[in-house]
Amino acid sequence: MIVFGAVFLHLLAFLIVGGAYKIIPKRIAQIITSGAAVLAVAFSVYIFFSVVFGGNVFEVSMFKWISVGSISIDWAVRVDSLTAVMLVVVNVVSALVHIYSIGYMDADRNVPKFMSFLSLFGFFMLLLVTSNNFVQLFLGWEGVGLCSYLLIGYYYTKESACAAAVKAFIVNRVADVFFAIGIFAIYKTFGSLLFKDIFSDVSHYHHATVNILGYGFRSLDFICLMLFIGCMGKSAQIGFHVWLPDAMEGPTPVSALIHAATMVTAGVFLVVRCSPLFEYAPDILDFIVFIGGTTAFFAGTIALVQNDIKKIVAYSTCSQLGYMFLACGKSADPAAIFHLVTHAYFKALLFLGAGSVIHAVGGEQDIRKMGGLRKKIPFTHAAMLIGSLALSGIFPLAGYFSKDVILESAIAKGSVMGTFGYVFGLATVALTVFYSFRLMIYTFYLPAKSKVLVKSAHESPKVMLIPLAILSIGAIFSGIVGEYLFGIVSKSLRFWNGSIFILQKNHVLADVHDLNWAIKLIPTIVAVAVVFATFYGYLRRRDFINYMSKKFDFIYAVLSHKYYCDEMFHNIFIIPFKDCCEFFADRFEKRGIDHYGPNGLARLMNKCSIKIKRCHTGLVYHYAVVMLMAFILIITWCFTI
Amino acid sequence: MLIGFDIGLFHFLVLSALMLVVGLCGIFMNRKNIIVIMMSIELILLSVNINLVAFSAYLQDLSGQVFTIFILTVAAAEAAVGLAILVSYYRNKGNIKVEEMREMQG
Repeated sequence: MIVFGAVFLHLLAFLIVGGAYKIIPKRIAQIITSGAAVLAVAFSVYIFFSVVFGGNVFEVSMFKWISVGSISIDWAVRVDSLTAVMLVVVNVVSALVHIYSIGYMDADRNVPKFMSFLSLFGFFMLLLVTSNNFVQLFLGWEGVGLCSYLLIGYYYTKESACAAAVKAFIVNRVADVFFAIGIFAIYKTFGSLLFKDIFSDVSHYHHATVNILGYGFRSLDFICLMLFIGCMGKSAQIGFHVWLPDAMEGPTPVSALIHAATMVTAGVFLVVRCSPLFEYAPDILDFIVFIGGTTAFFAGTIALVQNDIKKIVAYSTCSQLGYMFLACGKSADPAAIFHLVTHAYFKALLFLGAGSVIHAVGGEQDIRKMGGLRKKIPFTHAAMLIGSLALSGIFPLAGYFSKDVILESAIAKGSVMGTFGYVFGLATVALTVFYSFRLMIYTFYLPAKSKVLVKSAHESPKVMLIPLAILSIGAIFSGIVGEYLFGIVSKSLRFWNGSIFILQKNHVLADVHDLNWAIKLIPTIVAVAVVFATFYGYLRRRDFINYMSKKFDFIYAVLSHKYYCDEMFHNIFIIPFKDCCEFFADRFEKRGIDHYGPNGLARLMNKCSIKIKRCHTGLVYHYAVVMLMAFILIITWCFTI
Repeated sequence: MLIGFDIGLFHFLVLSALMLVVGLCGIFMNRKNIIVIMMSIELILLSVNINLVAFSAYLQDLSGQVFTIFILTVAAAEAAVGLAILVSYYRNKGNIKVEEMREMQG
């Protein structure tokens, strides 16, 4: 009952508020959706303790959903440790975003619609994490895609918002095709789509092959590759990352929701959920490490030179997701989920903080125009500082624990890909710290650029600050609690209770605990050093930073154009596609089908009817003759038969 | 009986057929006057009546004659309506020449 409450309260809120969004008063809509979200948090915390510490893995099917041929799929809710963790994260962030939106979207003219979309978003994500088969998971997967489209394009009168929404939707659909192919391959190989059937006998299919276009591939490799490409789309990994920064066109609470709890974490969740499959595909694991490491570094470098406060945080998400995949690829899935959880708190905090800053300065998002806001909005400043420190991985904050485990597992793995992951990961630590504090310095510490902007700045209402405070607590303590209290990343995997599968030979988590303390210190030293260097550079030696950006203006230009990814995709895909479409529209459609099809028929009819209309003389006795002849014919015909 | 042969069903049918043909010819060949067309239609109806009465007498079945009464009634009503239309047509157009009625020409 409580499990259903945690999952379906959001749906209920959506149905009530969304169904009556035109007539329902603003306050009532806010109360219903936020109330449902808060109640869901309470339920999911209860579930968390009952599942993780009581060991009550919960799986119940509600009704038969699809039954075609040999496929039979139930609508089910399955809660194990992994799902329980996700339930807490999704529900907490979702509830806080709901509450925050009460303040942030207060001036909006369609609050009930917005709140109902938020609830639907949460529901689809919960559906995704509580599914016990791939089809229901796919439904949730597509559902969050749909909601991201609705919410990114929420300001639908803005052209850029519509474009961003369409972009997010299409990029995700491209990746989803691969995910769907992966599901087909799973069904072909295992003959089932239920997690428990598939995961229990993966080892039997170790050498199974699947035939793709005449080439035989190892089934597990193929399946994992397809699933991972699906995850790349949803989690905005390199190549598919283009939609994520553009998603900033949506309202800020939506960005927080997309980046912290729902949507982008789905990819990481899927890889971890399918750990029994991925564990038997070591080549794909190496590929995941490669993609994760590259994305972390790549997105981090772009974030260095962005000037939009939300875009910096967005690229940071992209980069942190790279970390999570890095951990997945090294069979340190618990570390990936650990980072997912801590990241959810501090990233939601950073986004909601950024929203609070934007709110304070009346919609301005360019950090170069801000400055000197520390005194004006001290509470937001404190929250952002906590978020940035946590993101940078400074000891005792959340990011320290999760990020260090990932980096240590990279070095502990010891292979070529492990070293690659470590080097890129460590470089990304430096980048992360630099762009986080660049944002902080520009926004809060540098002297104010525009007197008007700063003078009118005001602290946000309490309803926006309370979520910030709660998230700050999460960003500070979730790491300590996860590491020491719950033992999320302990080598025994007792916390996970069998929901994460790691082969005996991949004992990275055990190796991490045997690492030399000096190696463990490296990321922290790097982070602290870069924090000081950044402050020193921006506050004392500004000339040096200007000199560097002038000297390397080529790199600066490449970075500020985001490695020309958008331009590249535009030239490779969009322009040829458009040309192709125009060619077919003209030659094939207009001159072919239209000319001989509908238009040709119309011309033929015209010609015939000119001839036929001569019969209509208008003389009464002609009609009379025709009538009589016809009458005689009919009568004769009737009697002869 | 009078001149030495019986007038039977056959003679009535021939008379009726002749009247029908006369009526049809009146419709087709008349190019002048619409009243003639209406008269021709009456003629056709009458020929049908003769048919019905003849068969009724021949088969000793009264329903044919009942039908005849009905047809006469309907024909009277129809003639009244037709003439009324004709009067209003004349008021509009100023003549009732069949050749001039070509507004349906395609």
